[in-house]
Amino acid sequence: MRARFEQGGIAWPMAIEATHSLPAEAHLAVTQVSKRFGGVRAVEDVSITVSRGEIASVIGPNGAGKTSLLNMISGFYKPDSGSIVFDGADITRDRPSEIAARGIARTFQNIALFGGMTVLDNVMLGRHVRMKSGILSSIVYWGLAQREEVAHRARAEELIDFLGLQDLRRQQTAALAYGLRKRVELARALALDPKILLLDEPMGGMNSEEKEDMARYILDVNEQWGTTVILIEHDMAVVMDISDRVAVLDRGRKIAEGTPAEVQQNPEVMRAYLGGAGPEAGVGA
Amino acid sequence: MSGAATLPQLLLRNAETIGDRPALREKHLGIWQPCTWRRYWHEVRDFSLGLAAHGFGRGDKLSVIGENRPRLYFAQLAAQSLGGIAVPIYQDAIASELAYVLDHAETSVVVAEDQEQVDKILSLQARLPHLKLVVYDDGRGLNHYSYPFLASFAAVQEAGRKFGADHPDYVEHAVAAGRPEELALFSYTSGTTSRPKGVMLTHANLLLPAEAFAAAEKIGPREEHLANLPMAWIGTSLLSVALHLLVGFTCNFPEKPETVERDLRELGPTIGLAPPRFWENSLTALTVRAADASWLKRNLFDYFRGVAERAQQCAGDGRAVPPGLRLMRALGEVLIYGPVRDQLGWRRARVVYTGGAPLGAEVFRFFRAFGINLKQVYGATELSGLCSVQRDAEVDPDTVGHILAGMEVRIAEEGEVLVRSPGIFQGYYKQSEATREALTGEGWLKTGDAGYIDKRGQLVIIDRARDVGKLADGTSLAPQFIENKLKFSPYVGEAVVFGAARPFVAVIVAIDPTTVGKWAERQRLAYTSFQDLCSRPEVRDLIADEIRRCNAALPPASRIRRFVVLNKEFDADDDEITRTRKIRRRFVAEKYAAVVDAMYGELPEVELSAEITYEDGRKAMLRSRLTVADIDAPAERDLADA
Repeated sequence: MRARFEQGGIAWPMAIEATHSLPAEAHLAVTQVSKRFGGVRAVEDVSITVSRGEIASVIGPNGAGKTSLLNMISGFYKPDSGSIVFDGADITRDRPSEIAARGIARTFQNIALFGGMTVLDNVMLGRHVRMKSGILSSIVYWGLAQREEVAHRARAEELIDFLGLQDLRRQQTAALAYGLRKRVELARALALDPKILLLDEPMGGMNSEEKEDMARYILDVNEQWGTTVILIEHDMAVVMDISDRVAVLDRGRKIAEGTPAEVQQNPEVMRAYLGGAGPEAGVGA
Repeated sequence: MSGAATLPQLLLRNAETIGDRPALREKHLGIWQPCTWRRYWHEVRDFSLGLAAHGFGRGDKLSVIGENRPRLYFAQLAAQSLGGIAVPIYQDAIASELAYVLDHAETSVVVAEDQEQVDKILSLQARLPHLKLVVYDDGRGLNHYSYPFLASFAAVQEAGRKFGADHPDYVEHAVAAGRPEELALFSYTSGTTSRPKGVMLTHANLLLPAEAFAAAEKIGPREEHLANLPMAWIGTSLLSVALHLLVGFTCNFPEKPETVERDLRELGPTIGLAPPRFWENSLTALTVRAADASWLKRNLFDYFRGVAERAQQCAGDGRAVPPGLRLMRALGEVLIYGPVRDQLGWRRARVVYTGGAPLGAEVFRFFRAFGINLKQVYGATELSGLCSVQRDAEVDPDTVGHILAGMEVRIAEEGEVLVRSPGIFQGYYKQSEATREALTGEGWLKTGDAGYIDKRGQLVIIDRARDVGKLADGTSLAPQFIENKLKFSPYVGEAVVFGAARPFVAVIVAIDPTTVGKWAERQRLAYTSFQDLCSRPEVRDLIADEIRRCNAALPPASRIRRFVVLNKEFDADDDEITRTRKIRRRFVAEKYAAVVDAMYGELPEVELSAEITYEDGRKAMLRSRLTVADIDAPAERDLADA
């Protein structure tokens, strides 16, 4: 399976080179954050800086604290200590809705869609953060509210087109295959027009073809809108293929950071994450 | 007037006379977006100027590869405006096929739909010395490609407008200088036997049959048509280009291939043309939906389907439909037939055609019974598509209708159908030997089909001439006839019949994964993979039942006695079928020689190792054991009948 993925014959390196050439500036600065749950230290003293337009990955064995870190960035958890600064503004204590409104969108490891709603409605829901008309005018649905709805629908349709979901527009998401639901979730996150996209295992549970598609979509999003991507993923082949930079967590601590090549050579990473074998042993999801 | 015009001249005429009417309509971002004839011309002109700026001129070739997209149509006409030749290519062609055609046709410009197609072409670049420019329509994922010969469609048009500023009326002059007898299109035939051959067609070749067809079928400017078949198929060039430009109706493009069903329904086209495969799939999908429906709906559907088919049978036999049946049919029209037509998208269809290969009589009758005016057409790429069509009053499943005005048909001594028509091609590109073989000295095209002309003057096609064979006892055998009967079963995806010089008829069946999968679900039959499903004895029994049903309608000597359920689908990437989904019989017989031998031997099982090709062109070996099964129709009965 992995072999097929690597031989996909896709001209990825070009896109990656281009993103490297973008000017580096601290888009998101996570500084020495820690989080514990009772006696468990989920995240300890982790600092990560992400530049605008980058695809940064966070990898690590199960329970390394990856999702906790993502939850702190998106505001679901408040860190016990440390700070998170996004475009110069401290968002450490902001509520999830405020963070979303600032332009950080996410997808979930366990898909969180409204199963009884259609693909289109789920994507439109993602636009709500961006809607301005109040309840009353929305009920009357005239003037501003209608114009707004049309504009948002146009954007939702662009995303549906971008992610190739046209044939599923009117289908309830609960009835869709797993890989497709993941794609709908990505569409909904993109509907926020995010500056940073947090993806929690977007390829978990997918077959190799679906993984290849998803990797392509992530690169396309990054290229098309310059969206910064922070990716948590188990599939090493994917991570090494599409990331500009990789941070490695192990038991709540950051043990390495660098380009995919550097991380792959790092002896500590090999020991902690890859179980002592060379990187080729791989950890398939 | 078409005989004295070229395709771009007709476009220019339409832009002047009906400039505000919609020429094309594309569903994009969920909305049907029209493009008027005037804009159609402007888009073509600008791209044409862009091509001229890149040095494209008379006799140069331009290929398009992709789904039906307006810009690919613009590109073809832009090339033809400059006296160039369009070479459309099947969008699912794998790299080696693509390389062959592009190289053989000496294409200098390729217009590709998207990144996927551009990547394919870039991977072949070293093998394509004639290629100078690659243009893409959808730029997604291509922003960071930096190749000097790669440009977006809009960029080429932009360059064209600059070029146009210095060369006023450049394209208009080029169009005016065009002549109908100049080459317009190379249509690469998918070839059931060998490498694809480039069929050279002129503007007149394309337009004269289109004109005869429009007159015979009264095709008017208010028709709506959905172009959902490959651009490389000659039927598409005929209907969505030649006839479209000639008559000036509206041609619509689906959002993407997966949405065709919904797009058809939204649009309600008034005409349609599709190969048998489309109708077979459509029927299968309908049967599956009926089987999944509630008890009441399922029974109503089955009952009224019976009514419709009995009434159709009466009409077919020339008997009057009994009053009771007529009453039930009227009721069925309200309850079932009308809604089904609506679901299929043919509610407004005046007439739809099947062509490209024979369609099984049962499938044909089904659609007609449900009130869809389905008719057979006959033709060949070498005839620019069409040479005959059924008349409204004389439709029956066995014939392909009357020859069109201005064309002649004749049966050669060995039974081969010969046609003479203004649509006859100018030869195969760079293959003069093959061209000589395809034509008689007096300019008749040897169609390669065996057939005859019945007493009403209608042409009847039996099968491909070289496939018509005889069983060992001398009974004549038309494999395709039996296969089409078998394919009427929703569970049979493809079937290949053997029997020439053999003691009895045997068949390799590839099951339809969707319907058999659903059936297995209903039977609570657990299976792991498609291969596993195919090897289940229950599935074998299911197929055996279907074969028995098919046998009942066959003369005893042509009945199928043994069969094998194959554990894969026939695939164009494996060369087993053509891109237009015709079985490559010789190839299949060779590839599965072991299976065929086993069917005629006494072996109950056969070891099969088959090479399969993935979509990215890689190959793998599939090893498995297949079971040879008997149809238990006792031999004594056959003997008694014989």
